[in-house]
Order: sequence, then structure tokens, then C-alpha cells
Amino acid sequence: MLNQVKENKMRGGPDPYISTTNACKLCTPLGACIAFKGVEGCVPFLHGSQGCATYMRRYIISHYREPVDIASSSLGENDAIYGGGPNLMQGLLNVMDKYQPGLMGVASTCLTETIGDDMPMIVRQFRKEFENMDIPEIVMVSTPSYSGTHMQGFHAAVHALVTQLVKKSADHGGINIFPGLVSPEDIRYVKQICCDYELDAVILPDFSETLDGAIKEDLEMIPSGGTPVSSIKSMGGAKMSIELGLCADQKLSSSICLEKEHNVPAHRVLMPVGLRATDKFMDILSQASGKDMPRNHELERGRLIDAYVDSHKYIFGKKCVVYGEEDLVAGLTSFLVEMGAHPVMVATGGKSKVFEQSIKEVCQGMLSYSPATLSGVDFYQIVEQAEELKPDFIVGNSKGYRIAARKWNIPLIRVGFPVHDRVGASRIRHIGYSGAHELLIRIVNSLLDKKQTDSGVGYGYM
Amino acid sequence: MEARILESRKKQVYEKGQAPFELECNKNSLAGAVSQRACVFCGSRVVLYPIADALHLVHGPVGCAAYTWDIRGALSSGPELHRLSFTTDLQEKDIIFGGEKKLYQALMELIDRHSPKAAFVYSTCIVGIIGDDLQSVCKKVADLKGIPVIPVQSEGFKGNKRAGYSAACNAMFTLVGSGDTAGISPVSVNILGDFNLAGETWIIKNYYRQMGVEVVACITGDGRVDELKRCHGAALNLVQCSGATIELAKMMKEKYSIPFKRVSYFGIEDMSRALYDTAEFFKDIDPDVMKRTTELVRGEIKVLQPALKQYRQDLEGKKAAIYVGGAFKAFSLIKCFRHLGMKVELVGSQTGTEEEYQEMAEMCDPGTVIVDDSNPAELAHFIKEKDVDIFVGGVKERPIAYKLGVGFCDHNHERKEALEGYIGMLNFAKEVHSTVMSPVWQFTPRRAEKHAQSSKGE
Ligand code: SF4
Ligand code: SF4
Repeated sequence: MLNQVKENKMRGGPDPYISTTNACKLCTPLGACIAFKGVEGCVPFLHGSQGCATYMRRYIISHYREPVDIASSSLGENDAIYGGGPNLMQGLLNVMDKYQPGLMGVASTCLTETIGDDMPMIVRQFRKEFENMDIPEIVMVSTPSYSGTHMQGFHAAVHALVTQLVKKSADHGGINIFPGLVSPEDIRYVKQICCDYELDAVILPDFSETLDGAIKEDLEMIPSGGTPVSSIKSMGGAKMSIELGLCADQKLSSSICLEKEHNVPAHRVLMPVGLRATDKFMDILSQASGKDMPRNHELERGRLIDAYVDSHKYIFGKKCVVYGEEDLVAGLTSFLVEMGAHPVMVATGGKSKVFEQSIKEVCQGMLSYSPATLSGVDFYQIVEQAEELKPDFIVGNSKGYRIAARKWNIPLIRVGFPVHDRVGASRIRHIGYSGAHELLIRIVNSLLDKKQTDSGVGYGYM
Repeated sequence: MEARILESRKKQVYEKGQAPFELECNKNSLAGAVSQRACVFCGSRVVLYPIADALHLVHGPVGCAAYTWDIRGALSSGPELHRLSFTTDLQEKDIIFGGEKKLYQALMELIDRHSPKAAFVYSTCIVGIIGDDLQSVCKKVADLKGIPVIPVQSEGFKGNKRAGYSAACNAMFTLVGSGDTAGISPVSVNILGDFNLAGETWIIKNYYRQMGVEVVACITGDGRVDELKRCHGAALNLVQCSGATIELAKMMKEKYSIPFKRVSYFGIEDMSRALYDTAEFFKDIDPDVMKRTTELVRGEIKVLQPALKQYRQDLEGKKAAIYVGGAFKAFSLIKCFRHLGMKVELVGSQTGTEEEYQEMAEMCDPGTVIVDDSNPAELAHFIKEKDVDIFVGGVKERPIAYKLGVGFCDHNHERKEALEGYIGMLNFAKEVHSTVMSPVWQFTPRRAEKHAQSSKGE
């Protein structure tokens, strides 16, 4: 197996190309918009030209299949030359008028970063000019796309919420959880777990309802749900913070920020995908609550191991390629090696400095080699590098469909963001014991399905 | 939910029957209004995207290219270079020092890799700001590589989608006239403003073939660079989606004296009109063309009518709302709904012109609301007020309809079912039927009660 993976492919990165073909990342403000969507009463607002907001809305809607309103300051040519301040102010007023938001999450775009609009100054001026009005909270984040990916935008927005809203707060004994860019179902599941541990948790962001809502009597201009602003303000009084994922830059890590500013101990853990990573997460929750793992989770844990055993032969040694956001990829890799799969390549469009190290650590003791670990790559490079590794399946967002299903005729297990070619992206569970169990079923059954379909004779038992 | 129309948008909404027609349009979107519109870049990308053997390089940061990666269902019968997303993915240092060098290298690299017939280079907002000289880079690469390398001036903030259409037409026009027109029949047309979504151009092309009309170029659905180069050899331009390509037709009329006609391939009337108009145009040089056209149209309608009847039985009296990109498409949709016995209560577009809205107002029944550049709040308000059964729009409109318990038909560039031609009318009827008649709406809270009442009454 190892011999098939060429040495140079494993160690050296891909050839440095100048151009990008089929990017494996999205732009920074998109991540910020998703994060802002997870705050109660929030309307995301992009300071830039109209197109960016419309494109991002369309992109996010195609994944979540929910209404996603993102306001824009709709800069035109003159504004780009003379500055976008007046449009930003007018836009904020119009959003207040139409939405009555509790918070406006304002993110900059490439354009406004480049023309050098000073958003904090404009907003200060706005507050002053309209001080007689009931102005909602305004949180600002700088998100130029030419220096980051959507993940950085996501982290930066959460970080901005924390730095701009959290106040000195009396100890309240609750905990903070920063779940990262997981699915709405994952967030609901985290809430359930906290409930089972009888822990009071503030989860930021919480788009479990806002981006996966029930049909109600009327269309809500701002969908209900989301982390209440008052809860965010109180995060400084928590007894600890748990951040799922290790790949956010220290400067953008919200848990570290709270530790520094408010002495809330930070626990940063691998995104809890699979057994080992979930064990660590559960340990911390036990520590926080002073309780043993609740029985239902004990049972789920046992069932997961049981499922590992039941299906180990169908997955052992199967070669796979994993790609997507750094933290999710690290978690998935940890899970895949536990099942006995052989990730031959793990790739991300992001450039997190700790990504490679995370992958090494999760593979330690599980694989006799380290998978080729690529960061800052696009799909062109992924295909180029992975082609000769002849993977049996690939795991990642639906943007890999063309390579997996069309080019190589192997299963693509759709996880993460975006999933544009299937329904139910919001319901995919990635984390925890039961998330791993669900993923396991999908992966193993996809492989069995392929074997059965490809079989010349066909068979009715496995 | 608050259902107010922002004060400064009031002039962009008109209800037929109220006062004389007056509607403001083609304005920049209002800041903070959550417009459904995109940008100049989007407009040019839509039009040029289906040219399948060209390289489409987006010069800008990653987002602009990533969001337009293969989002439209423009099919190709051959090369599929258009379905890849190429970008210079500008980084901070490029913003500071300028992106020309990167653009040059990226172009050279991609042209070597893919050997395209031509390359289109789209400028995005930021490129307009940092002032990269696209013209000179493109020229340099064109000279070195011996293929047309065409800058598309599509900085997003320089207007709305319409300006992008012009940028695209200007870009295409640089190709027109550079190819050999030998052997082109005098009975020949170019198909403009069709994007071959779900293979629609093939359906239309096939009709013309049956009529004995040669199609020289499809602009831009299933498009090819060489076709564009020689399309000035055609006798007539047929322009659908006029917002997008009429400028090209006008330029060709001026320079090459090729007349053009506006057509629509949606619905029975408009589809037939498009074919008859073409036949009419050629009847002097080809006396039999009218006969062949009549046969074709009759044959198609004969098959279509009975199939439609079944759907109409169920759909009679149901109500529809339309919100689409271009106004011209809305005209056809109004007629399509009439064929199904349905009533249109709301119709609007992102980029209509005043004359188009005027025409729209004339077509509609009293009480129909007409809107320009609308937003989710307004659309939701009208959907409820008019109590419609189906909403026709694009991806961004879909969840609005669904959350209100209303059926939806995707009539934008992402559709996977052909809606043009006679077969398209049938597909449309089928799709409308499958959503309007679905039992699921009776469970949605807003409509559950009404459903319970009406089923009690029966
Ligand atoms: S940056 Fe400009 S060109 Fe790109 S999507 Fe935004 S508005 Fe359009
Ligand atoms: S300009 Fe920047 S923010 Fe706007 S879409 Fe392009 S990459 Fe994203």
C-alpha cells in the first residue's frame, strides 16, 4: 500500500501554480455571514458592492435551502471612488427600518478593504448622527478575501462578536462552546449532549434554527433562534470555553480571547468526529459538569465500537481522499483511520499552519505512513495528485462530485459545506458518537453498494 | 411579519388599474434593501459562460469565481472548458503591487494547459480599483499565443447586471467578423440570447433545421469561438433574452446590415410566433419554408394539446406569481399560465426597462402587481396578499415560497428541465402541476386551516 503512494507525492507539496482552478475554498465574508446568521435577531450586512452579497446569499441558500437575507451597502462607481460611508449608513438605516434587527453584523469585502473605508469610524459617526434612534448592536469584522478563506471569515466574525459584545460578568457556572462550521444538526446535537450533562451552555454561533427552521404560519423576516445577544455578553462569566477545532489562528480563537480577557479557561479540542476525538470532548464535559458520561452516550459509544467491528472488513485498507475545511478534515481523518480506512490524501484550500500537524497526530499509531497533506490547494491540484493514488472513495463537500463520481466512478460521501446536489445537508451529523455511527453507515454502505452494482453476478447477502 | 415597502422604493411598484402606468426602473439597488440582483460581473458571466471552448478567467479574489463555478446548466455538445472555474485568486500582495503580472502568468499557464480557442478575462470590482491594465496584458498574451484574449470590463460596482450584458456583447463583438463565411446558406440565422440550459438550444436548433433554416451560430448556448467569428455571415439574428444580447444584434446590424427579430421560445404562442416570423422573413428566397413551418408547428401542437389538457383540468383557476431576471421572459410566462387556465397576480423582474414594464402592464389583468428590483420582504408580502398557488423565480426566491407554503417553479439559469419549445411547454406544465397539486401544502401552517375549511365545505 505504502509503495503505491509515491514518496515525492507524500512529502513535497504540489507544483506551485499561478492560477486557481476550481477553488477548494470560498471567500472570507461568506464565512462571516454564516457565523452572523447564528446570532439571535441578526441581519448580516456586507459593506461592498451588491454582487458579493447576492452571490453569497445564493450560495448559502443552495446549501441550507432556507431564506438567507444578507444586506449590502450596494456601492456604485462613485461610492467606490469617494468612499462608501454614506451608503453604509443609509443601508444600516434601511435594514433597521425593514427588519428591526437586534444586531447588525457588518463585514467588509475586498472592495471596501481596498478603498480603505474605515468602518469603525463610519459606524461611530452613524451612532452619533442617529443617537436619538433606537440603534441595535452593531458588530464589525474586517474580512478581505485576498487574505483568507471563508473559515477565517467565520472565525473572525465569532471573534468579533466576542470581543465587541462580551462584558465583565459575574461567574454563572455555565460553559461556552464554539462549535465551528458544523451542520445545524451538529449544533442541535451539541445542545442535546449539554442538556444530558445538565450543563448550561452558550453555543456561538447557533444557526441550528436560523439556517434550518420549521415552516411556520408566516415567513419570519429574521428567523427565530440563534445565540441571544445577552448570552454572548455573559460569556465572560463562564467556567470554561470549549472550542471544537484546532486550526483557527490563535489570534482568531475565541476561546483564547476569553481566556486572556476574562480568565475563562480555554479548551481547544479536535473537532469531535469519531471515537477518540469524541472521547476527549466528553471528558471535558464530564470535567465541566462533574458528572460521568450519561448512560445514553455510554450506550451510543458502545454501539459505535460495535459498528466498527461489524464493518471493519469492508472498510479496511480502502483508500480515500478527504478535503474541505481544515478542522472538519482533521476530524474526519481521525475517524477514518479508526475505522481502518487509509486516507491517502487529505487536502484543504485553507492555509492553517497547524493543519499538517493535526493530521500527523490523528494518524499516529493508526497508519504506518502519513497521508499526503496538502493545504492551499484547489481541485485541479487535488485531482492531479490523487489520480495515481487510485482512491476507493472520497469524503468531502459536493464540489468533489465531478472528480469522484464522474471521473473516477467511486463513491463521494457528502459532508461539510457546501452540499449543493443533495437535499438534507442541514441534517448531516458529523460529530459525536452518533455522528460517527451515521457516517460509518453511509460510507460502508456506499462501498457495498458499489461492489454490488459492479458485480457481474450480483448477490443478496454480504 | 412587517409588510412595508420602503419609502424610496414605492415608485418601483405598480398595480394595474391604479392610476396611469408609471414605474421607475434601471436604478441602482438601494443600500440595505437586500436586492435579489447581482452585479455587472454577473451579467457578463451569464452571457459569456456557455462559450464552451473558451477559457473564462476571472481576475479577482477567489469569491467572484467560486460563486460562479458551474452554477448554470448551459450544456455543451463538445468541449466543456466553460464548466471549470478559473481565477487569479488575488492575494494581499497582488492588491498592493498590482495583479498584472499574476494575470499574465495565469493566462500563459492556463492557455498552455487547455489550448482554448480564445480566452475571456473578466475584471471584478477590485481590479477596477487597483487599476490593472487588462487591455495590455490581454494583448500581450494574444500576440504570444496567437488566440484572441479578450478583456471583459465587468467591474461589479459599475452599474447593475445590464451593464454586464453590454460588456459581454462588446467582448463578443471583437470576435465577430474575423472568420470565413464561405458556404453559409442565404436562409440562415444566428440564435442569440439562448443559453442551452438543459439542452434547450438543441431543441430550437432542431426546429430550424426541420424548417430548412441553417443555424450559423448559437450565441451563446453551446457556443463556440469559431461560430462567433463567422456569425456575420448569417442572414438574420433571432434574439431571445433581449436584455442580454440585443446590443450585439444592434452592433451587427450597424456594421454588417444583418436585421434582427426579437423572439421567445417559451410557451405555445411565442414559440410558434418565433418560427413563423423566421419563415416569413425567408419566404421570398425559399418559397416552401412557410409550408414546412406550418407542418412543423401543427404537428407539434397536435401532440402537445391533449397532453396539456390533463394538466389544465387540475390547474384551472389557480394563481401564480412571477419574479424573474429579465422582463421579456415574464411576458411568455404570463401567456404560459393563461394556457394552463391560471391567473397571474404578481409579475416582476430584476432588470426590466420602462417600455417592457409598460408592455407588461398592458398584458396583465387589472389588479396584477408589477415590481422592479424587488426584495424578499416585498415578494413575501405580495405572495400572501394575492394568495398565490405558485411562485416562479430563481434559487433565492425558492425558500421564500416554500416557507409560505407555496409551490415553486425554478425558471432561472439553474434549471435542469428544458422549458423552451413545445416539449418545454409540456415540461413546464408538468412541473407547475407537480408543485401546485402536491398534497404537502395542506400541512403547512399558513394554509392548513384554509385547506381544512375548504375540504369541510366540499
Ligand atoms: S466583487 Fe464585484 S464583481 Fe465580484 S461579485 Fe462582488 S460585486 Fe460582483
Ligand atoms: S469581491 Fe471579495 S468579497 Fe466579493 S465575492 Fe469577490 S472575493 Fe468575495
